[in-house]
Amino acid sequence: MANSTILLDYWPSMFCMRARVALREKGVEFEAREEDLANKSPLLLQSNPIHKKVPVLIHNGKPVCESLNVVQYVDEAWSDKNPFFPSDPYGKAQARFWGDFVDKKFSDAQFKIWGKKGEEQAAGVKEFIEAVKILEAELGDKPYFGGDTFGYVDIALITFYSWFGAYEKFGNFSIEAESPKLIAWAKRCMEKESVSKSLPDQEKIVAYAAEFRKNNL
Amino acid sequence: MANEVILLDFWPSMFGMRTRIALREKGVEFEYRDEDLWNKSPLLLETNPVHKKVPVLIHNSKPVCESTIQVQYIDEVWSDKNPILPSDPYQRAQARFWVDFIDEKMYDAQRKVWGTKGEEQETGKKEFIELLKTLESELGDKTYFGGDDFGYVDIGLIGFYSWFHAYEKYGNLNIESECPKLIAWAKTCMQRESVAKSLPDSEKVIEFVTEIRKKFMIE
Repeated sequence: MANSTILLDYWPSMFCMRARVALREKGVEFEAREEDLANKSPLLLQSNPIHKKVPVLIHNGKPVCESLNVVQYVDEAWSDKNPFFPSDPYGKAQARFWGDFVDKKFSDAQFKIWGKKGEEQAAGVKEFIEAVKILEAELGDKPYFGGDTFGYVDIALITFYSWFGAYEKFGNFSIEAESPKLIAWAKRCMEKESVSKSLPDQEKIVAYAAEFRKNNL
Repeated sequence: MANEVILLDFWPSMFGMRTRIALREKGVEFEYRDEDLWNKSPLLLETNPVHKKVPVLIHNSKPVCESTIQVQYIDEVWSDKNPILPSDPYQRAQARFWVDFIDEKMYDAQRKVWGTKGEEQETGKKEFIELLKTLESELGDKTYFGGDDFGYVDIGLIGFYSWFHAYEKYGNLNIESECPKLIAWAKTCMQRESVAKSLPDSEKVIEFVTEIRKKFMIE
């Protein structure tokens, strides 16, 4: 299985999108296999027995799990172009910190907005806006979180942009009003082919979230 | 300010222990400052404004937050000895995966073992033992999680060992009978000076947990 790259994928998952962006940034040819999460493939269960989740990157038969772990692996395995991290250890630590922040604070908050209702949802909107403001402050006047070049933190966060329509619709608020700088950053990222090819249309995600709410809430 | 290293920490924190071990593995001189978590220092609030948590590593006045990020930083700055992460990308991904697993699952499960009672505690105990068995199975017959050399996953997990007697006392557990290989691994790690110096005595941790339980009336 010399040089085969398979991504076990799920189209609306912002975590899977990170892996797609990373692979495209490096110009890696890969086979994306769409999973049915209600009926997980034997390959998924075998390659991620601990969590049984997507994304899973299978490179030359060897599985890598957890999206930010996949992004770091892709950066190291294809280290010849488009580095995702600065070269100095402090810059790397800062990038890892913000990637971790997105996973810890931003991710939980956004789920409450489209996946819950009532008080829980309202709390989600509040937490989301707080997290957005913190991220906006961190971005500052830089074109990307990494500075002049698109990198790890940009990859960690930009995939959630495909869900912004859903957050605004179901949370009943305007993200642009809260953070015009973040929207400007997102649109800048979307100009990159690796990003625009890897994110689904916002309308499709709104429909997906609506279906979820109909079936679960 | 050539190589000034300060660690803002809290002595029973299994996360702080990771950073202490990493610094000692590399032979780095550092100033340890114990925080009162109920009265956090201005320096802590200033250097970790986002999470306001320990540990915070301050290297030449620049703060690094989150224990796993600190361990990786230490490995990269003091790269001349005792590598903590492997050099191969796939092995590195495996190491990160297991530390992520520990971070995601261990803290909450162990908290239930000593910090709750009744059904919640029973559920917590079950989850906790299952987690340890998963880790034990990953360890297999290797000396350390990384193989022959002490490394990232060992550092990620060993701090919890100082809490094992507290879990056994308040959870009414016998961890050695459930996971003998894991206990053997822990004892091997404890033979390293970096680890022995960085973990508090089990007795002190039990005292600490007893106090916390009283404070939060978990009886």
